[in-house]
Amino acid sequence: MKKLRYLLLASVTLLISGCKVAMLDPKGVIAASEKSLLIDSTLLMLIVVIPVVLMSLYFAWRFRESNRKAKYSPGWTHSNTLELICWAVPGVIIVILAIITWVSSHTLDPYRPLDVKGKPLVIQAIALDWKWLFIYPEQQIAAVNFVQIPVNQPVRFEITADAPMNSLEIPQLAGQIYAMAGMRTKLNLMATEDGLYDGMSANFSGDGFSNMRFKVKVTSKKAFQVWVKTMQHSPNQLSIDAYKQLAKPSLAEPVNDIPVAYYSSVAKDLFTKVILMYKKPGMTNLRETLAKSANGKTKPLRELVMGDATRKAQLAHKAQKTKAANHTSA
Amino acid sequence: MTLQHALLGDLSLNSIPFNIPIIRDAGIFMGLIALVVIGSLFYFKKWTYLWKEWLTSIDHKKIGIMYIILAMVMLLRGFVDAVMMRSQQALSVGHSMGYLPPEHFNQIFTAHGVIMIFFMAMPLMFGLLNLAVPLQIGARDVAFPYLNSLSLWLTVVSAMLVNISLIVGKFAATGWLAYPPLSDIVYSPGVGVDYYIWALQISGIGSLLSGINFTATILKMRAPGMTMMKLPVFSWAALCAMILVVLAFPILTATLGMLFLDRFMGMHFFTNAFGGNPMLYINMIWAWGHPEVYILILPAFGVFSEVVATFCKKPLFGYTSMIWATIVITFLAFAVWLHHFFTMGSGADVNAFFGIATMIIAVPTGVKIFNWLFTMFRGKITYSMPMLWTIGFLVTFAIGGMTGVLMSVPAVDFQVHNSVFLVAHFHNVIIGGVVFGYFAGLTYWFPKTFGFKLNEKLGRASFWCWLVGFYVAFMPLYVLGLMGMTRRLDHYSLASGFHPWLMVAAAGTALVGLGVFFQILQLFVSIKNRNRVGYRDVTGDPWGGRTLEWSMPSPAPFYNFAHTPTVTTRDAFWTMKQAREANGGQVSKPAYTDIHMPKNTGVGFIIAMFAGLFGFAMTWHIEWMIAVGLIGIVVTVIARTFNRDIDYYVKADEVERIETACANLATQARDDKYPVLNTNELLHGAK
Repeated sequence: MKKLRYLLLASVTLLISGCKVAMLDPKGVIAASEKSLLIDSTLLMLIVVIPVVLMSLYFAWRFRESNRKAKYSPGWTHSNTLELICWAVPGVIIVILAIITWVSSHTLDPYRPLDVKGKPLVIQAIALDWKWLFIYPEQQIAAVNFVQIPVNQPVRFEITADAPMNSLEIPQLAGQIYAMAGMRTKLNLMATEDGLYDGMSANFSGDGFSNMRFKVKVTSKKAFQVWVKTMQHSPNQLSIDAYKQLAKPSLAEPVNDIPVAYYSSVAKDLFTKVILMYKKPGMTNLRETLAKSANGKTKPLRELVMGDATRKAQLAHKAQKTKAANHTSA
Repeated sequence: MTLQHALLGDLSLNSIPFNIPIIRDAGIFMGLIALVVIGSLFYFKKWTYLWKEWLTSIDHKKIGIMYIILAMVMLLRGFVDAVMMRSQQALSVGHSMGYLPPEHFNQIFTAHGVIMIFFMAMPLMFGLLNLAVPLQIGARDVAFPYLNSLSLWLTVVSAMLVNISLIVGKFAATGWLAYPPLSDIVYSPGVGVDYYIWALQISGIGSLLSGINFTATILKMRAPGMTMMKLPVFSWAALCAMILVVLAFPILTATLGMLFLDRFMGMHFFTNAFGGNPMLYINMIWAWGHPEVYILILPAFGVFSEVVATFCKKPLFGYTSMIWATIVITFLAFAVWLHHFFTMGSGADVNAFFGIATMIIAVPTGVKIFNWLFTMFRGKITYSMPMLWTIGFLVTFAIGGMTGVLMSVPAVDFQVHNSVFLVAHFHNVIIGGVVFGYFAGLTYWFPKTFGFKLNEKLGRASFWCWLVGFYVAFMPLYVLGLMGMTRRLDHYSLASGFHPWLMVAAAGTALVGLGVFFQILQLFVSIKNRNRVGYRDVTGDPWGGRTLEWSMPSPAPFYNFAHTPTVTTRDAFWTMKQAREANGGQVSKPAYTDIHMPKNTGVGFIIAMFAGLFGFAMTWHIEWMIAVGLIGIVVTVIARTFNRDIDYYVKADEVERIETACANLATQARDDKYPVLNTNELLHGAK
């Protein structure tokens, strides 16, 4: 019995201590506003939800058949007053919530520059299979699975993907926005406290998705400048060829150490080029190019319709993927 | 092209994963079950019975039963997937990778979603509609009985297609909505997505046909006197859901059709090159996907309305309000799809519009909840199983609705979108709303369908396991979502702090599993005791019902109503009972007449088999089989049009014999047992 109590106590402690509720512990202006919005809306809705739950339980108990004291009115099926209340109370709450929604959707629009002084630091993020590349265009440096930003300075992420759709999220700093190939999305945020925060892809993108995580380090402006200097001495350079190597699918292993890489220079306009790859007909990403060469555009339409060409492309990819591609199933 | 390729397309022995123990054993297990079923069919010489009375049946009640059997089998399959996901996440922390590699885990969560929505919830919904709607509106059958059978079998073959992918090849590993670019040929080169496309295309056509069928049935085949505002609420909810089916499913068909063209013919609807755009797919799939949510929940709302009125012994409070609330939800269902991707960068105006549109749905839904509560108020509540599920629903759904409105605020959604908070929310409304509702409906109409009630004690045990299990399994997911846990993770670090919560969630799944076990036990015990007093329903009205389906014997005879009822009030049967009481129990019985009935046909079954063949062949690129499938479908449809022998008459004296036998059963109890009723005759007629 005593043992059991200890076990129970230990597990409860573990639950509470192990619990870092990122979204309730914001370290940036956007995340802080989002948190208060979350709490305000919840409280507003509890005005209806708590009575509903209590009424469900109370009515269920009070009007049970065996309770002779309860009144039974089988003819009572309509009441204009009550129905007016049924429509009006949720209606009013939703009107209030709608106003909050309209305002907050605009003030917390991830594309909107923050209302703070200072030029935002621009970081270009590219979601790859299965890692994040962060380019600092003004500093001409880049890092894989790692971002460092100065505290109390607005930061603007410009985001795209050279992979399936992903989503960039740093819960303690700001909510997410999708990363999509051929398109550029934006996310404005500002950290208000030094620290090391978790970032991840929030949208499933294939086998290596679980480890598509990165760290965000928030430091003083000075420390950030020092970091940039150090980065600029890094031996690696992100040329177009180096990027093509990097963009190839790779799985992060071992599981607890997300691999990090640093680059002291970045090919000119790399971010824009990655987006444009998907824009121009015929210029597609690496894997699609491979598919096209196997596809053989000169093949007559008839064969294409019969699926021959597509099948060849498929076969080429099957070889590329693990041999067990078709062997596993749900 | 080699001979093997001509014969088998891309299919080869390598496609069957003998080397993976989990799949091999699951395959062997499925094979054994199939063998046992086939073996016993031979042993008991039931092949003819199966073909004549079930596979070719176009009786809506039997089609309903078969839909429900499919749904229950698929529920087990989907639940096994859920158990595997929960146990993987409970194990794969830090240095442990669990027992499922990513490519397997990804297929499991995809299969779980697809199976639970398309092959559990949808068939269960259509099953309940088939059981109850024609009886509620006083109809002989649905408007197009043969189409109804085709819908069923198209759904069955698609479910089989998904299950074949377990053993032959693999299933999609893309998530249940298969977003491109991930589902494009470049990133998903295998057969998985093709299985997905064809299973959904075939079952989608089945659903669409059912939608048309029931819309026509409810609009055109109501008993004389049953105006729209006298229609039982379940049938109203069904009508609204079916209108949604008719409008939404073509979008799904078109979307998956384009995805297929992208994959198979190298087109660019949804790829990024040549002007295609994956955002188009995401918009279109949700333009179907959001109404789909209401297609599932509206009939559940309908069930609750029937159950609350029956078990509180009071007419439904605010019928008119209830109907208008349902209609409002039906319209709004098409105006909120964008809330599934606020994070795609649509801009503040668009996001705010769709956010607010979403919240507005909370108003009619709230009205419904209040109306159920006021029906309970000053009622006389008996706690039979359906009512228990309803109370469980009211509390659970209020919480799920709240988290739903929370996520309709775009700026909040930016944080919790794609997290397990979202997973917790939609399980909260789907289990708490849809599943509880369908279980309530199932226990409610079970005696009408089979002639005996389900065991209450085991039902209660299963209810409490489901309810508590649900909370233990999904409340931790809300917390985990706020902690920043993304959905669909096959592995996470120890430092994340997710592990203890996931252990709790796994325990919850075990509790739900216990609930499922009690349900299976309940079914066995009830079947075994079906002729005992307390189980056998001799009155045809076991719960004190209010609508027409309770005015006929249980199980409902194959011809439904001996006399087409005439309706004067909303709770038609309740009024009839009161009139009978006032009359001192005397009812004037008009003479029985011959009843015009449609003949059974195997055409629906055969077309569906060809469709299944076609789907399998399209998945594996087997040209000759594609041709066989297509030609088979067309030839069968044409051949059917030449068949003029499609109806017959049930003679008046046979109707009289059956009705009298049922009426006399009540007086024949001996040693707390009733004589064995010739249910065969009741269900199938004497042929």
